[in-house]
Amino acid sequence: MTSSPTDLTAARAVGSGTGDTAEAPAASAAGALPAGAGGTWQALRHDVGAMLGLGYIVLVTLVAIFAPVLTSISGWTPYEFDQTAIDPDLGGMPIGPWGGMGAEHWFGVEPGSGRDIFARIVYGARVSMSIALSATLLTTVLGVSLGLLAGYFGGRVDVVISRVMDFLMAFPALIFMIAVLSALPASNRSALLVVVISAFGWPYLARIVRGQTMSLAQREFVEAARAAGASGTRIVFREILPNLRSTIIVMSTLAVPGYIGTEAGLSFLGVGVVPPAPSWGQMIAASVKWYAVDPAYFVVPGVCLFLLVLSFTVLGDRLRAVVDAQEGR
Amino acid sequence: MSEPLLRATHLVKEFPIMGTGGLLRRPATFRAVDDVSFEIRAGETLALVGESGSGKSTTARLAARLLDVTSGTVELDGEDVTALKRSELNRFRSEVQVVFQDPYSSLNPRHTVERIVTAPLVYQQRTIPGGPRAFTRSLMERVGLDPDHSQKYPAQFSGGQAQRIGIARALAVGPRVVVCDEAVSALDVSVQAQVINLLRDLQREEGLTYLFIAHDLAVVRQIATRVAVMTQGRIVEEGDRDSVFGAPRHEYTRTLLDAVPRIRPEWERQRRANAGRS
Repeated sequence: MTSSPTDLTAARAVGSGTGDTAEAPAASAAGALPAGAGGTWQALRHDVGAMLGLGYIVLVTLVAIFAPVLTSISGWTPYEFDQTAIDPDLGGMPIGPWGGMGAEHWFGVEPGSGRDIFARIVYGARVSMSIALSATLLTTVLGVSLGLLAGYFGGRVDVVISRVMDFLMAFPALIFMIAVLSALPASNRSALLVVVISAFGWPYLARIVRGQTMSLAQREFVEAARAAGASGTRIVFREILPNLRSTIIVMSTLAVPGYIGTEAGLSFLGVGVVPPAPSWGQMIAASVKWYAVDPAYFVVPGVCLFLLVLSFTVLGDRLRAVVDAQEGR
Repeated sequence: MSEPLLRATHLVKEFPIMGTGGLLRRPATFRAVDDVSFEIRAGETLALVGESGSGKSTTARLAARLLDVTSGTVELDGEDVTALKRSELNRFRSEVQVVFQDPYSSLNPRHTVERIVTAPLVYQQRTIPGGPRAFTRSLMERVGLDPDHSQKYPAQFSGGQAQRIGIARALAVGPRVVVCDEAVSALDVSVQAQVINLLRDLQREEGLTYLFIAHDLAVVRQIATRVAVMTQGRIVEEGDRDSVFGAPRHEYTRTLLDAVPRIRPEWERQRRANAGRS
């Protein structure tokens, strides 16, 4: 018995040259949710939480960029002492309610020194944002490239990179950061902060990128690229990297609040940004002594920091939900 | 008889078994392809058939040099390509191309059709004749796709259309041999027929040579000139299509042919009778 059960030549009448037109509507329906940056933005635009978070982040970023303009409008630089705004008889308590808030000093003044809190918040935003964003940039570059290498090439490369990641993740990072930052000279502390935070931050991204790369490397399009004559590095950066785009965006957004918190924490502990340069963590640390008599001094930087961390967390979380929904279809 | 275009002799591929290797001990190996030899002449289609795990896909990957052989040689036009280094492979890569099984998995979901089909030329550092846009349009027309869809992503196409993109990519470098690794197995039957007809048309028009891997004997019968039957890593029978299908010599070939599902003759008779009456 040799007859074939399906007579394929008869199906030729269906028409091979016209290109599966019968399936075209199904295909366009599948394309209703486009997989691009445009689709993600459309979905996020209708999310109140994400938009509020993004709004606050944009506001803080603008404030940080235009800090000199804003302080020239408010009239006080962060380093000027205003002896008239504090009461020397009360140990340097600000004069007036709410820590001296008013038309002269918008967010009040520091007890003891009389420095303008608005100016210090504005300049502190510069420090916090620039350190957090540079640390995120550095960890993303490190984490993505090392994760891609480990995941794609495997073998010995993977063993070395994975052990380094395990080591860094198991390390008591905070203690090490405090030790390193207090031992090293205080010149250019900001750059040092970025390097130290990134050195301990990249394994968390690299581990996820490695896992996804390993699964993507099994897909046939990688083999197709190899059959087309692509080299290893070209496959990694041209074929695999575009498929990790959404993961990288989400993970980086979620990493920023952690780094803002770390910077504030280190400044609070006195090993971060060097005074008199203002930083939010440092302001919170300074306000601890005054919290009973001048709570506003603590509230202003605390709220700014809390909202910034919350905004990044909410934005990253919503971004992840949108991206997951798009890729899960 | 003319010289074969692609010739494989005594191919062996062994894979290490995970977890068996120690610090000093070599891992145990699994022999996926065991002394396989075949020849394909220009313009022919050799079909490799066999059940899952018979080593036919591994053989295809060895022939396309996607895997390195453990021993044996693959010759294209009499030139041994198994010893070529990565940098010397480009010429081979432009002669031998592969069409894969799953059209969605084999097309990068983040690349447009234009980027996908021009990628082989870009990777081989060749200039794209007539520019990427026009080149993509002409390729899409050749495989029966609407050229206006060149900026779309693979997810926006149906399975049959996506496989046509895969074929277009294989044709981009102007190959002489196309290795089709289960190229129609993931498609449903009517689309399968269209894609097979496309492959046959391309063979007739451009004199392509196919190494066609399949487990579906009905498909093989449509496209093959010669058939090789594989089981457990070995070729147990090889011959012209009609002789293998008409007078199978090996026990395994007979089992494979008997296993083809078919509609029971009495049902078929009844259906034809009903169709005649209405």
